Amino acid sequence: MFYRQAGDFKTTYRDDIQTFPLKQDRWGYYIVLAIAFLVVPFFINDYWTSAVMLPFLIYAIAALGLNILTGYCGQVSLGTGGFLAVGAYGCYKIMTSFPDLNIFVVVLLSGLITAAVGMLFGIPSLRIKGFYLAVATLAAQFFLVWLFNKVPWFYNNSASGQISSPERSMFGYAITGPNADAPVRYLFCLTLLVMLAWVARNLTRGRLGRSWMAIRDMDIAAEIIGVNPLRSKLSAFAVSSFFIGVAGALFFSVYLGAVEVGEAFGINQSFLVLFMIIIGGLGSIFGSFVGAAFLVLVPVLLKNIMVNWLGWPTDIAVHIEFMVIGGLIIVFLIAEPHGLAQLWRLAKDKFLLWPFPH
Amino acid sequence: MNPLKIVGVALIATLASTAAMADLVFPSLSYRTGAYGANGIPFADGYADYFTLVNERDGGIGGVAAKVIECETGYNTQKGVECYESTKGESPLIYQPLSTGITYQLIPKVTADGIPMHTMGYGRTSAKNGQVFSNVFNYPANYWDGASHAINHILGENGGDIKDKNVALVYHNSAYGKEPIRTLTELSAKHGFKLTEVPVDHPGQEQKSQWLQIRRTRPDYVLMWGWGVMNQVAIQEAVNIGYPMENFIGIWWSGSENDVIPAGPKANGYKALTFHAVGSDFPVFDDIKKHVVDAGKAAGAGDQVGTVLYNRGMYAAMLAVEAAKTAQEIHGTKDINAGQMRDGMEALVMDAAKMESLGMAGFGPEFTVDCKNHGGPGLGAMQQWDAGAGEWKLISDFEASDMDIIQPLIDEDSNAFAEESKIEVRECA
Repeated sequence: MFYRQAGDFKTTYRDDIQTFPLKQDRWGYYIVLAIAFLVVPFFINDYWTSAVMLPFLIYAIAALGLNILTGYCGQVSLGTGGFLAVGAYGCYKIMTSFPDLNIFVVVLLSGLITAAVGMLFGIPSLRIKGFYLAVATLAAQFFLVWLFNKVPWFYNNSASGQISSPERSMFGYAITGPNADAPVRYLFCLTLLVMLAWVARNLTRGRLGRSWMAIRDMDIAAEIIGVNPLRSKLSAFAVSSFFIGVAGALFFSVYLGAVEVGEAFGINQSFLVLFMIIIGGLGSIFGSFVGAAFLVLVPVLLKNIMVNWLGWPTDIAVHIEFMVIGGLIIVFLIAEPHGLAQLWRLAKDKFLLWPFPH
Repeated sequence: MNPLKIVGVALIATLASTAAMADLVFPSLSYRTGAYGANGIPFADGYADYFTLVNERDGGIGGVAAKVIECETGYNTQKGVECYESTKGESPLIYQPLSTGITYQLIPKVTADGIPMHTMGYGRTSAKNGQVFSNVFNYPANYWDGASHAINHILGENGGDIKDKNVALVYHNSAYGKEPIRTLTELSAKHGFKLTEVPVDHPGQEQKSQWLQIRRTRPDYVLMWGWGVMNQVAIQEAVNIGYPMENFIGIWWSGSENDVIPAGPKANGYKALTFHAVGSDFPVFDDIKKHVVDAGKAAGAGDQVGTVLYNRGMYAAMLAVEAAKTAQEIHGTKDINAGQMRDGMEALVMDAAKMESLGMAGFGPEFTVDCKNHGGPGLGAMQQWDAGAGEWKLISDFEASDMDIIQPLIDEDSNAFAEESKIEVRECA
């Protein structure tokens, strides 16, 4: 009744193929964007930025990246943690080697470096598929972490092997370092996320995305109709790694400020991002967002309810949090194996017909 | 209001952290879960119990109640940052993260926010240089002191000549475990022993290959920089390969009851460093029993009193309380803030008389902190595990470290940090 297609006429092909064909969806999208850019920055403080928004935005970028590779191109990857580390260490090396370079450029360059590394580790995907590819990318994960731990050049020979991000600013506002203000850091990550999500959405709607999906659905058939598997798979690895590299650079420079590769970019990160896209929805841009939101926000929410409201001991709260999140994951996946994005889609379809379902 | 809206409002309300109180706030970034929980629990209990004791027995610090806010980090830096930000709004006086990784995260943040941080026996060693690290303190001893104490002990056992000795370092492959390497490398150049580095990756549950390597190369001494489950596994593996336990020396974080008891009687003779006394033979423990444990106010399960890490947590809390008292005296106000607390820490004097009045005579070394030296004198002692009696025994006095080696390293590292972060070196009066 309120959410409907009726009366929303399309008179051109352009209108017909737009990202949000429904007027209400389109307006919803504009309103969310306007709130995110124009309202939130005025109310956000250090806690909200560091504990809630930055992890959400950055994991959303990483989930988008992995979703391109796994969800759209069907190549399972367990190397996300390693690629995040490439982004972070690339960012650190560029930041310290070229102190005058704009931080925005640094982050994009770290993404490019990661894209190159990702393509290198994507080469085996031409021969192996499925679980075997997962194992090959797992090797990338362990190799990269080992590399950044082993070779002192990557951490500029610091005694502890930690990398710390120096202060860099844009338009006179500090983006990284301890003096960066909460709204500035938030806006910086948000801008990158919106840009990258826009790119991802349009890539997946275009020729490249269609070739990825063809490879995912049936690679032999795709090859027969003229999709080049080499180009499709490697481009998926490159684009995916670019996103993950940007996420890694932000994770290190804007969010944490100092990282240690074994702890920050271990195998847990690979699984976390993979769970995000599985829970959110494979092959869905929106799914990357909800997946990241679910796994970042729910733990914080549960912790605040149990510790700050109910005053429970912190250790019990943590254990219950594990159980609740594990339980929720199972419940959601049983209710809808295609993820939260599919639930959302079904709900919208129901609403389109409400109150007169047929 | 529809259900969605209610959920939304609840979300926003719970995600926001709660408002401030008028007490003196001491956040405890603890960890009672995960691979490091076995070591995190006694420390957190000791830390919380001492503040409870001060509140119950003395009516607070100078009459103002102390409030401990516990936040679970799981020894994870991401959660550590979340804990820092969520407690920062409650005007905390001091942070003690009990994690070298989290310390590295927080050094720039606490400096920008003007809150002091005390990393007692861990963290960034070069923070000893107070001219660069204005808000970070690591008294009474740091890792580089520890490395030097261990080598001094080996020197003492061999009559001062260890030219032909092999020393292996088994370390947690993280910022924490890597800290002593620089000092040990310098010391090996000075004394002529051969150093082998044996890294163990987080969390350290699997160390078969490392100990196979030790079994094959048979180093004369094994030093260990381990934490959490890694300690227990390493000591068990050392027992399994029949390594002589009296030649196996852990840093102070690898020397608690939790680490040696699982290995059984064969762990007898294992050594570890410490910078405070062991056991519960001090009057302060009678007070804790009376005012805290028997009153049912003990943190956690209340069964850790007198263990090594409980004592360390209590010692950390005691130093924080004394620094707060010093700050109250300096600034003539009971209701101190974080900046005043920092001044109190910088002027802290721990002498025998003060320790005695606290019921902790001889519990730790005497020391003073000043603007230049945030690390105290770096005294440390050796303790040894007596599996028969089931207790740790001190086998040496509190001795000095080799500052000829350490001081240049501290200057070099802190100046590099100052340059990298564009910090102006403070002038000290």
